Amino acid sequence: MAGKVKRDYSLVGESTRIAIETGLASAEWYHTDVPRKTMKELMQRSDSPAIRDTVIWLGAILVSAAGGVYFWGTWWCVPFFFAYGVLYASASDSRWHECGHGTAFRTRWMNDVVYQIASFMLMRNPVTWRWSHARHHTDTIIVGRDAEIAVMRPPDLLRTALAFTGILDFRYSLPALVRQAFGKLTPDEKSYVPEMEQHKAVIAARWHIAIYIATIALALTMQSWVPLVLIGVPRLYGTWHMVMTGLLQHIGLADNVVDHRLNTRTVYMNPISRFIYWNMNYHVEHHMFPMVPYHALPRLHELIKHDLPEPNPSIWHAYREVWPVLLRQLKYEDYFLKRELPPTARPYRGEFHEVNMSAAAE
Amino acid sequence: MADWVEACAVDDVEEEDVIRFDHGGRTFAIYRSPDDEFFATDGFCTHEKAHLADGLVMDDIIECPKHNGRFNYKTGQAKGAPVCVNLQTYPVKVEAGKVMIQIG
Repeated sequence: MAGKVKRDYSLVGESTRIAIETGLASAEWYHTDVPRKTMKELMQRSDSPAIRDTVIWLGAILVSAAGGVYFWGTWWCVPFFFAYGVLYASASDSRWHECGHGTAFRTRWMNDVVYQIASFMLMRNPVTWRWSHARHHTDTIIVGRDAEIAVMRPPDLLRTALAFTGILDFRYSLPALVRQAFGKLTPDEKSYVPEMEQHKAVIAARWHIAIYIATIALALTMQSWVPLVLIGVPRLYGTWHMVMTGLLQHIGLADNVVDHRLNTRTVYMNPISRFIYWNMNYHVEHHMFPMVPYHALPRLHELIKHDLPEPNPSIWHAYREVWPVLLRQLKYEDYFLKRELPPTARPYRGEFHEVNMSAAAE
Repeated sequence: MADWVEACAVDDVEEEDVIRFDHGGRTFAIYRSPDDEFFATDGFCTHEKAHLADGLVMDDIIECPKHNGRFNYKTGQAKGAPVCVNLQTYPVKVEAGKVMIQIG
């Protein structure tokens, strides 16, 4: 039975070798046909939407931080820090993502500045993560190649639950930054960060650690928790939204396929979550066409939805769909949810992938 | 001696755009800049095998469609991660409405 094959998620292990040998690595992926003229229009960059959204984002961060500090010591600070945490620790993820692609702003330095700020908020090394994300787009959910598979099989439900608390960032992300600051990269990191870029990862990690040390020093000097509650600790109380939306991107779907319609999920979300998430709920569309900026993804969705599986109508609906799949994967890790295509779509093409459909949920 | 090869007609490329040109088992990208000049580079991104002709031309930059790596298509210069290796460029001339590139 295929379910007895254990997946090796290391990027330098047996699954890596198999992915390369079978052509799953750096493969040709399925794309919905979109006329060049239309795609050119959709890809066009503009500074205006991202400047507007960034002013709102940073303004809301400042206001919520000011409110939290003003009401510090009373229960009134809670709603302010609730908002601050989500803006700091969750909204930063989509800003990191979009600016890392260079699609948020037309002006390059604006992308770079927001990318660096957001990387810090996320406890992510801006260099290693830029490269890991490039790999994620080359080899999306290819076991042994993709460095950003959030939930591996069989799923570790405790770890997944803990991710909502942000505690894993203090267990893994912060120690990783410390390690990198001492000049040590893991074999996995070295597999996707080119040698000529590795020293930049070390420098970036040192900057991040220096800021955390300065924050701790300030807290000690002031004899106050406030600096830590504003810098670093928001990962504990504000990460939940990032995880809630981000987990849905690929969880429970096929792996080792080269059609984003099989391994990626689009979910309709409320306007607040879409602002925090910067339209990354249109995730199949983003993976198929990463050149399209976040503000054009709804238009792209309307254009190609005839060729994509029906989106989940809500976050809640998506989790209800995912939960039984995760439970089944505990016993049978090959099990996955096969997304049904509408009659207007081009069928999944055998020549693009060899997926064990017998393992799919019907 | 490098040969001049007809790549396309001038009108085949819109302003601030790029098209693909295959010749002799190789792939090239032919660009038309916003100020109506023509340029040519290798057709694949130096980072991973992606057709630059599917990318976006902005001023003197071509952005790869796969990972958004950016090159100056006039000089071939890689503009930063995830592209680290410059693009090969080729001389271009326009004759009688045809875009010619010199392939070494």
